[in-house]
Amino acid sequence: MRIPHPLLGLRDLREFTYLGDAALIDRPEATADEDKAALNAHVFLRDNPAGTHRELWYHEYGDRSWLVVTRDTRTHEILGAELARDVALAAGRDR
Amino acid sequence: MRFSAFRLIREGLTGNRGWKPLWRDPAPGPAYDHIIVGGGGHGLATAYYLAARYGMRRIAVLEKGWLGGGNVGRNTTIIRSNYMLPGNQPFYEFSLKLWEGLEQEINFNAMVSQRGVLNLYHSDAQRDAYRRRGNAMILSGADARLLGREDVRRMAPFLDFDNARFPIRGGLLQPRGGTVRHDAVAWGYARAADRLGVDIIQNCEVTGFRIARGRVEGVETSRGYIAAPSVGVAVAGASSQVMAMAGMRLPIESHVLQAFVSEALKPAIPGVITFGAGHFYVSQSDKGGLVFGGDIDGYNSYARRGNLPVVEDVAEGGMAVMPMIGRARLLRMWGGIVDMSMDGSPIIDRTPVEGLFLNAGWCYGGFKATPASGHVFAHLIATGQPHATASAYRLDRFERGLVIDEKGMGAQPNLH
Repeated sequence: MRIPHPLLGLRDLREFTYLGDAALIDRPEATADEDKAALNAHVFLRDNPAGTHRELWYHEYGDRSWLVVTRDTRTHEILGAELARDVALAAGRDR
Repeated sequence: MRFSAFRLIREGLTGNRGWKPLWRDPAPGPAYDHIIVGGGGHGLATAYYLAARYGMRRIAVLEKGWLGGGNVGRNTTIIRSNYMLPGNQPFYEFSLKLWEGLEQEINFNAMVSQRGVLNLYHSDAQRDAYRRRGNAMILSGADARLLGREDVRRMAPFLDFDNARFPIRGGLLQPRGGTVRHDAVAWGYARAADRLGVDIIQNCEVTGFRIARGRVEGVETSRGYIAAPSVGVAVAGASSQVMAMAGMRLPIESHVLQAFVSEALKPAIPGVITFGAGHFYVSQSDKGGLVFGGDIDGYNSYARRGNLPVVEDVAEGGMAVMPMIGRARLLRMWGGIVDMSMDGSPIIDRTPVEGLFLNAGWCYGGFKATPASGHVFAHLIATGQPHATASAYRLDRFERGLVIDEKGMGAQPNLH
């Protein structure tokens, strides 16, 4: 598997480490007691689809950027990769 | 038809014309008392124990492919009970005890071979950790022996004892651990369950659940609707997909785990040996092949094949601990899809849907658990209460903070 890094081009799988579902970017604030269900879902529950999956990869042995990679979990075909920073900014987060 | 030495001789002398198929191939009935989704080791064992130990009748096992075509036929066949935490270790020791009596109970040769599982240690700190683990094993009624370097050398002289980076200082041995012929486990449980009247229905994929007023009423399948007030799901690898049809999200990611077999060699490796400084474990099958594996690939996958970095990592681990295998040629490699749970431990519990039960999250360690998993899942389905050895495997343990995290990695499935 090679990941098309948006800045560096195709990079080998072994330069990256994997975190999981890209929804992990959207951590709920969960300061009040009633938010605990949302926090539990964020930390522990996953969609885990067989098919297209948006997921977080870290270019640890490279430029140390976080990427959001879109990949088919049935075939390992990579459908796209963006900088996680751009994804977070586009979603209205400050970083 | 009972298997025995007498029968073997008689069939051998009469041209082997008397053997019959091991189980029937029934069409699905319109309704059952209990449906088990998944005809792998755990599902078949569950059906068997439901009938044999809990006296249940009108049971069907639904399998989307062929019997035993999933992880029960894709694992590296190791059995052991060398866990540490209280929620785990008694369960796995229960499983090992069931393995010890399995072949007599189901009248099937599963080639249960207690040739020992040896975990090597390479430092003082690791020895202390293994001593602690061994004591935890003994407390649960299991067996464990802490070996020094010379003890290990007598057992396995071919190891690289003086490796500059990872010298071998000794090992933790569980003499009762070993290997089992994995396909025979599926076949043996299927035959035993079939003899007790369980309908094993292959090529029958569950495509939905019929749920009304919070109760399960039956399952939609590729071969029509089948009614049942009690449905147990044991489909590790695909648990998230199946339970999504009941509206549930699980604390599980699906990952690919690779395994490897070399060409057949003369007997060389006495039992199961694991490298303590990298992830590599190996045993030798009765046919002579070296069966070995290592880490999961580490990203969500349903592909049943992995990538080369893990192949390289496993090979490096093998070469570091036993350089003699370097000239053995690889015969086959394959991948299986495993349920990686958020704490590395399984889930055997009721669900929010009444009558719907879940057996999932086996990570890379489901095979050794097969008999106990079936037994305790049957207990849960038959009585509505968790079995004493599996009472910690609750679905809500994550939000309640009662995780069973042997490795202490947190909610990061690819690190367990």
